[in-house]
Amino acid sequence: MTIAVIDYGMGNLHSVAKALEHVTHENVMVTRDPRSIRGASRLVLPGQGAIRDCMGELQRTELEGLVKDLLEEQAKPLLGICVGQQMLFDRSEENGGVDCLSFLPGKVRRFGHKLTTPDGERLKVPHMGWNRVTQHHQHPLWNGIEDGARFYFVHSYYVEAERDGDIFGTTEYAGIDAHVVTGRGTVFAVQFHPEKSARDGLQLLENFVNWAP
Amino acid sequence: MTLAKRIIPCLDVDAGRVVKGVNFVGIRDAGDPVEIAKRYNQQGADEITFLDITASHEDRDTTVEMVERIAGEVFIPLTVGGGIRRCEDIRTMLNAGADKVSINTAAVTNPDFVREAAERFGSQCIVVAIDAKKVSADGEPSRWEIFTHGGRRPTGLDAVDWARKMVEYGAGELLLTSMDRDGTKVGFDLGVTRAISDAVEVPVIASGGVGNLDHLVAGVKEGGADAVLAASIFHFGEYTIPDAKRYMAEQGIEMRL
Repeated sequence: MTIAVIDYGMGNLHSVAKALEHVTHENVMVTRDPRSIRGASRLVLPGQGAIRDCMGELQRTELEGLVKDLLEEQAKPLLGICVGQQMLFDRSEENGGVDCLSFLPGKVRRFGHKLTTPDGERLKVPHMGWNRVTQHHQHPLWNGIEDGARFYFVHSYYVEAERDGDIFGTTEYAGIDAHVVTGRGTVFAVQFHPEKSARDGLQLLENFVNWAP
Repeated sequence: MTLAKRIIPCLDVDAGRVVKGVNFVGIRDAGDPVEIAKRYNQQGADEITFLDITASHEDRDTTVEMVERIAGEVFIPLTVGGGIRRCEDIRTMLNAGADKVSINTAAVTNPDFVREAAERFGSQCIVVAIDAKKVSADGEPSRWEIFTHGGRRPTGLDAVDWARKMVEYGAGELLLTSMDRDGTKVGFDLGVTRAISDAVEVPVIASGGVGNLDHLVAGVKEGGADAVLAASIFHFGEYTIPDAKRYMAEQGIEMRL
């Protein structure tokens, strides 16, 4: 049993790998080798920084086709994190518009510019820090996690999924209910960083490791 | 608004050991960074910042090992500052398990370093530390200037302009320390905190001068800070992090309790 953290050159993969190692005795591998990725029993698709760079690196490392195949095959659990969630959708408006993996219907939008709260405070972008996640549908990855639990976020763009059935959690920021947890079949994806979200984040990773969809 | 304001304890590190003393009840060896980080994590700290004050280059390897050990056991965001001068330094700290690095003097001597770092690693992990001091006299319109070398060397740079410039260059967050308040326990300089919070779109961490819990509340409510950083009030057990969080929540501030 091996969990492969897909290393296409974007993001700080060490934190994810270390957190997984903390919750499982299974082998955790950070890799860009297609054979290792295909041979793994579970996959983590991370992502950080600009989505154009993430998609670009996925193409440059020739992993885009493999990741698309693995998503469609629905043969093993995959956890998307941060930009790894956003990339699953059709298109992002970041960087002037970037086509993504189109595994789920929907788009990725910016929170806005020069936002303020109702009482006139400047609302910061990125949305950074610990915010509440409202669970939208039941899912095995929510086991042992309270509805409304806080997770650690850092992002300026958010997912707007088209299908209600693909949404598993939402978070309110800037008056928007962002679809911060989405998934379908063997795929589950979160905008927040479970590897940095203390006890509840580790619980979610443990649930992923034990998930048998 | 359900996004919580953050409390960030800050630890000074020399060659992989926490210095200046941190005294928790029940911990004898208060200098062990892993024990201290775990304790703050258990108390509910929202992030932890390490300020590396190691003088020699060789000893910095010990700091890297320290970050590795902490990152294997503490799963909240970790920031490392002090001595970050090249992209290689950033890569080393991120590979060790840091989530963000804080750039201070190097941003002043070479602002393009911030741009390069943000492009290479993403703004989300680049914090620019701004050390500001009030330079206007009483009765004059308030003006703050950037100082380096622990507040000893003036740069002539206006703090608010500098904050805007650093965000434009790619800083994902600003750590604002008012040098004339640091260590005084009289509270944050709320004027500069408010001026910079209003001037930039990215989150601002207020630092320097915290002596009691009302100061933390004022930093958020009057200063407009998104996070508050403090060292001594937590290290010496005057207040615990849960004390601070409960008090701030009672004052109507959204906190992760």
